[in-house]
Amino acid sequence: MKTGTDRVKRGMAEMQKGGVIMDVVNAEQARIAEDAGAVAVMALERVPSDIRAAGGVARMADPRIIEEVLNAVSIPVMAKARIGHIVEARVLEAMGVDYIDESEVLTPADEEYHLYKSDFTVPFVCGCRDLGEAARRIGEGASMLRTKGEPGTGNIVEAVRHMRKVNGQVRKVVGMNEDELMTEAKLLGAPFELLLEIKRLGRLPVVNFAAGGVATPADAALMMQLGADGVFVGSGIFKSENPAKFARAIVEATTHYQDYKLIAELSKELGAPMKGIEISSLSPENRMQERGW
Amino acid sequence: MVKVGVLALQGAVREHIRSLEECGAEGIAIKKVEQLREVDGLILPGGESTAMRRLIDKYGFMEALKEFAAEGKPMFGTCAGLILLAKNLVGHKPHIGVMDITVERNSFGRQVDSFEADLAIKDVADNFPAVFIRAPHVVEAGAEVEILSKHNDRIVAAREGQFLGCSFHPELTDRHDITAYFVEMVKEAKAKQFV
Repeated sequence: MKTGTDRVKRGMAEMQKGGVIMDVVNAEQARIAEDAGAVAVMALERVPSDIRAAGGVARMADPRIIEEVLNAVSIPVMAKARIGHIVEARVLEAMGVDYIDESEVLTPADEEYHLYKSDFTVPFVCGCRDLGEAARRIGEGASMLRTKGEPGTGNIVEAVRHMRKVNGQVRKVVGMNEDELMTEAKLLGAPFELLLEIKRLGRLPVVNFAAGGVATPADAALMMQLGADGVFVGSGIFKSENPAKFARAIVEATTHYQDYKLIAELSKELGAPMKGIEISSLSPENRMQERGW
Repeated sequence: MVKVGVLALQGAVREHIRSLEECGAEGIAIKKVEQLREVDGLILPGGESTAMRRLIDKYGFMEALKEFAAEGKPMFGTCAGLILLAKNLVGHKPHIGVMDITVERNSFGRQVDSFEADLAIKDVADNFPAVFIRAPHVVEAGAEVEILSKHNDRIVAAREGQFLGCSFHPELTDRHDITAYFVEMVKEAKAKQFV
């Protein structure tokens, strides 16, 4: 009997496919998410848009909040650790969290190195903007990927950019000859063996969800159509006017992402979505997606 | 060729379809209730049972799934699918509730306790690489239920006539023995309908 194997860690993410993972800050929100059909919740102290507004250093959530959420729902519970913060990650693992997000939404603890995630029994999800970043994270042991997008903005443009970029680069690698892959590995900053594996599989070896800026059911469906395996919704749900209704609508739009009549129906009278931010109005140092190496 | 559906509301759908094709059956992702009429058997995949249940209710699948079972068509549940099939769930109300077993959810612990183990499965394989992810197990099985496999004294695979269920995820491996076993069940059930 073996725990913490790649198959077990990646398999857990496979089971989340076609589903929606929602950010929550307390037990009540976690129950709303579970009732709406979320496949997992991300326990946080503040959703990304509030982290953005608060400024300062954003850290792992208070363990009390995580414990409260763990006790409130039967679906998997994820939590965020700072990039490179070995101890925050170990603390979350010790608490029995089901998945850790080594996340650029929090202030990085290490500006050079990410966690060596293969060392952990708990699986990790990491953000990526291109195939090089995706492959480096998988190389370190990430079992699941997500686009970085631009968290807390309610603006889907960056998530679209990252999903198209990664999938375009995967298609390119799949179409290349073996003797071209080493140079491609050098250009991408990606481990060579991983590019070989991608070519052999015809896809990434782990699932890749959309994240960062999903604010409406149509946004979620758009990301599915671009090839996302599922969707993370951060501020989009509990910063909207009617979170329960919004949560249900996003779940349904993710399942039936090509049923446009249905998406029209469930987008009616949802109330106001979260107020968005135009990306160009964010100065580079305020762009969370720039964090990670 | 038999047609086998995979309930495609959420979860590991693609893997099951690939496995069905390897076994010489046609795999169809079922997203709409009407599609159930096209298939001779149905796989309920791994995923999150609470999320699937909400979508089952929302799109009126519940009655159709019960009817599908009542017509004697084979159904195979893996992990979350096993939970959907069970007549009784520990601490929760049952879902489709057609297989005479009592199932406990997440009974091996949280994700850090998820594991791989080689299993002997009666009539299927002597050493099947089983992947258990936040897995449920069968706490109690009715008199008509045949126990196919146990892990540490817990029932992890069982069959009751047209129903097959397991705690683990055959779809995450390259072994298609158990899918092939189910495809045989579908073929037999289909042959009987034409007698």
